[in-house]
Amino acid sequence: MAILESGTEITQVHVQHDEHHEHEHHHEEGFISKYIFSQDHKMIARQFLITGVIWSFIGVLFSVIFRLQLAWPDESFPILETLLGKWAEGGKLAPNFYYALVTMHGTIMVFFVLTAGLSGTFSNLLIPLQIGARDMASPFLNMLSYWFFFLAGIIMLISLFISTGPADGGWTAYPPLSGLPQASPGSEFGMTLWLLSMAVFIVSSLLGGLNYITTILNMRTEGMTMMRMPLTIWAFFFTAVLGVLSFPVLLSGAILLLFDRHLGTSFYLSDIYIAGKPLTNAAGEILQGGSPILFQHLFWFLGHPEVYIVILPAMGMVSHVLATNSRKPIFGYSAMVMSILAITVLAFLVWAHHMFVSGMNPFIGSIFVLFTLLIAVPSAIKVFNWIGTIWRGNINFTPDTLFSIGFVSLFISGGLTGLYLGNSTLDIPLHDTYFVVAHFHIVMGLAAGFGLFVGVYHWFPKLFNGRQMNNTLGYIHFWITFIGSYCIFWPMHYLGMTGVPRRYFQFSNFETFDVYGDLNVFITLAAIMVFFAQFVFVINFVHSALYGKKMTSLNPLSSNSLEWTTPIEPGHGNWPGAIPKVYRGPYEYGRGGVDYVPQHLNDQQIWGEKGAPQEVAH
Amino acid sequence: MLTTTLGLLIIALVLLIVFQIAKTNELVTALKGEQEVQNVQNRFHGAMFLGFLIVGMIAAVWSAFHYAPLYLPYPSSEHGAWIRSMFFWTLVATVPVFILTHIALFWFSFQYKRDGSRTAFYFPGSNKLELIWTAIPAVVMILLVYEGLRSWYKITGPAPQEAMVVEATAQQFFWTLRYGGNDNKIGNKSVKLIGGDNSLGLDWEDSANHDDFIADELHLKVGQPVLVKISAIDVLHSFYLPHFRVKMDAVPGIPTQFWFTPTKTTKQMREELNNPDFNYELACAELCGQAHFNMRKVVVVEDEADFNAWKAQQQALYVKLGLNNQTQPSSGGTGSADEQQRNTETEHTKTAKL
Repeated sequence: MAILESGTEITQVHVQHDEHHEHEHHHEEGFISKYIFSQDHKMIARQFLITGVIWSFIGVLFSVIFRLQLAWPDESFPILETLLGKWAEGGKLAPNFYYALVTMHGTIMVFFVLTAGLSGTFSNLLIPLQIGARDMASPFLNMLSYWFFFLAGIIMLISLFISTGPADGGWTAYPPLSGLPQASPGSEFGMTLWLLSMAVFIVSSLLGGLNYITTILNMRTEGMTMMRMPLTIWAFFFTAVLGVLSFPVLLSGAILLLFDRHLGTSFYLSDIYIAGKPLTNAAGEILQGGSPILFQHLFWFLGHPEVYIVILPAMGMVSHVLATNSRKPIFGYSAMVMSILAITVLAFLVWAHHMFVSGMNPFIGSIFVLFTLLIAVPSAIKVFNWIGTIWRGNINFTPDTLFSIGFVSLFISGGLTGLYLGNSTLDIPLHDTYFVVAHFHIVMGLAAGFGLFVGVYHWFPKLFNGRQMNNTLGYIHFWITFIGSYCIFWPMHYLGMTGVPRRYFQFSNFETFDVYGDLNVFITLAAIMVFFAQFVFVINFVHSALYGKKMTSLNPLSSNSLEWTTPIEPGHGNWPGAIPKVYRGPYEYGRGGVDYVPQHLNDQQIWGEKGAPQEVAH
Repeated sequence: MLTTTLGLLIIALVLLIVFQIAKTNELVTALKGEQEVQNVQNRFHGAMFLGFLIVGMIAAVWSAFHYAPLYLPYPSSEHGAWIRSMFFWTLVATVPVFILTHIALFWFSFQYKRDGSRTAFYFPGSNKLELIWTAIPAVVMILLVYEGLRSWYKITGPAPQEAMVVEATAQQFFWTLRYGGNDNKIGNKSVKLIGGDNSLGLDWEDSANHDDFIADELHLKVGQPVLVKISAIDVLHSFYLPHFRVKMDAVPGIPTQFWFTPTKTTKQMREELNNPDFNYELACAELCGQAHFNMRKVVVVEDEADFNAWKAQQQALYVKLGLNNQTQPSSGGTGSADEQQRNTETEHTKTAKL
């Protein structure tokens, strides 16, 4: 009751706030408070999205550059020297800059694009709109969350331009490589900036996450019980829980690494001889007792939940879109909720499957084998339920549906290879080979990226004042991206079967690995094609945001959830009048022969005098 | 430069044309009525998914077999065969799921596209089905875990007594291979002692070091278990023998190990693969800096006679450096306490970390 009361209180404050606004209708909201330091969750969502899209282009461009090196190791590309200067003298990429590009690609894509760009955008946009709240619990913290993210990005951007280059020890930043400036040019100032950027990013993520959890628990509109929430909200909720509980561990890991780098501690350093002398402290004693494996534990304690942080929001949105566009209830709503819960719990118990051959005790490894393979069960339930949802549906193939189907396919393909890697026995030969690269790009990178596209195409009118994207461009974008992505990552399994290690600048030094010349060219060509296909998306995005066709009705997709009850151009506060009440779950499409069964209309309004039809037990 | 500019110009032009076509389609939609046009689209994409399923499955199967000759050959170690059989059972568990779920996904996409001829079937779920498709994967997972861990414990279990001991020390950017010599014992070492000719920091007080020799190539005796003691002295590396399915990180400050039994000589492999230049290789599998991709050593597996002949040619480092002709480097009485402490210290850290 106390929770309800405080929720109502906040709502009331907002109502008053709105009345105030309506009263001075012509009072112009300043440019800065409307577009820059905005506290409106919809504007913050837009900021996250646009920043994320810009970062994704930088991140993907980096991958295209290093793919050039892998496909044509002997070729020289003058344009690279123009772009990168001393890092590509004579048009040939320097090995340490190759590693810097790989590192930055991973960092940018995982954290800036798929965490902030995906979860940041759609948690912000959809939580208040779909649970029926006027804004987040704390719009101010929400604003801070974006600006900390922005600051993290600026720090990372600066690191690209310093003379020793950005961090180049891989996105996992394993010490001692990342801890010792002597070990690599990127471990000099670039690594310090990387760690600072991460620390700031974690602050951003925590501010956002706490806000999402508070908002979902306290600010649901009347009648919106937890089990009536759209699956998107469930996904954002558990995503936030994962982030809040695991990001601090990475922060501690990063801070200890900063100490090792700058204050002479040795949390991760022990028995090291580098650059012609043993590593000693100020007193001249050799550093001993630290454990590089400790960092791996701290890193992966976030690092693995992180992959669920990026995939859960995508799962939520795909579930929502598949049900809406198939005009069918989501298959097994409560099973879907329970499987997200199971994934969230198990996500904390699988981190060391990244470390089977790290030198960790093999017995500990075996426990992680068990939990890792068990997490396949809730994942499988989700896949079966998605397929069950489209079964005997009436599927409308708008671009968001296409990307949803693509997501399910990628999630199956990438998920199944997890059963190979999660089994420690099989991980011995496959660890750190291209098999791993194929696995996580398909199941995490591509699937979550597809989730981002699902969200953008589906909720574009809610993001940009009722303007819609062009479907034809969306179709072209989908098919090139879908087919092209498989062309990039499917063949990488074959490289993995040959044991080709990842993070190799070139393969010519090894007879064993230097057998895939033509396939590497094929992969790079596919990557270039997919890269350029993304311009179709960006053109569509920018053009539609500015000049796109306006919605003519409030709810063109006949979606059941609350966001479509807001005006075409909702102001700060979302609903001009009272917040709608909720009478039922979000996916009752087709119940009692009625196609459109929105959450906010009561039974009589939908089924007439007879009221809701009896639920058939299955 | 010119070609690049031209290339980018062409791409920009293509994008422009695509954009114009898309805009025109928007107008057509407005003229023809939205649902009508959407139905045509739905039929097209439904058919595309079906086509993708068929072409994709054929391409996947064809390419998997096409590239099969390039995969690693049958494992050259005893435990490699167990890993291979585990791989096979995982294939048995996953391939049917992959095919069936994809057929369902794309067939339903094709079959249940909205073309104006159907309404959706109201069906909010079935507890019975949920139970079935929770239980089946759970059972399959338990079987895979059981089978996997059985091999895992055998692989990571203690090495047999008769195993030959070899030490691999990694640093940027090469491996140093040390053999235990006649006593098959690796002597103590410490980074504190690195200097001059003593690049590994071998402790000459430890007589186990006196017959240790350093080799350019990793020579192994076929059929004889070998225990590799792995260490690193600067950053992380990983001891990786693809043909033997061996991989273990080299960690500064924490000794790791991996034991295995080679089952095929280099000569046999050359005949089997019909490649007279074939060599087993040792690589680094953990990013260790800018020349990570260049940490290669040749691995030679040979029969007992060849191995013994090779071993007979190797000279202990202690002898090579002429230390056997000098008096003991220790300065007697006063040094011994110091020395004892150092020895216990090394022992202590070793046990603590293992």
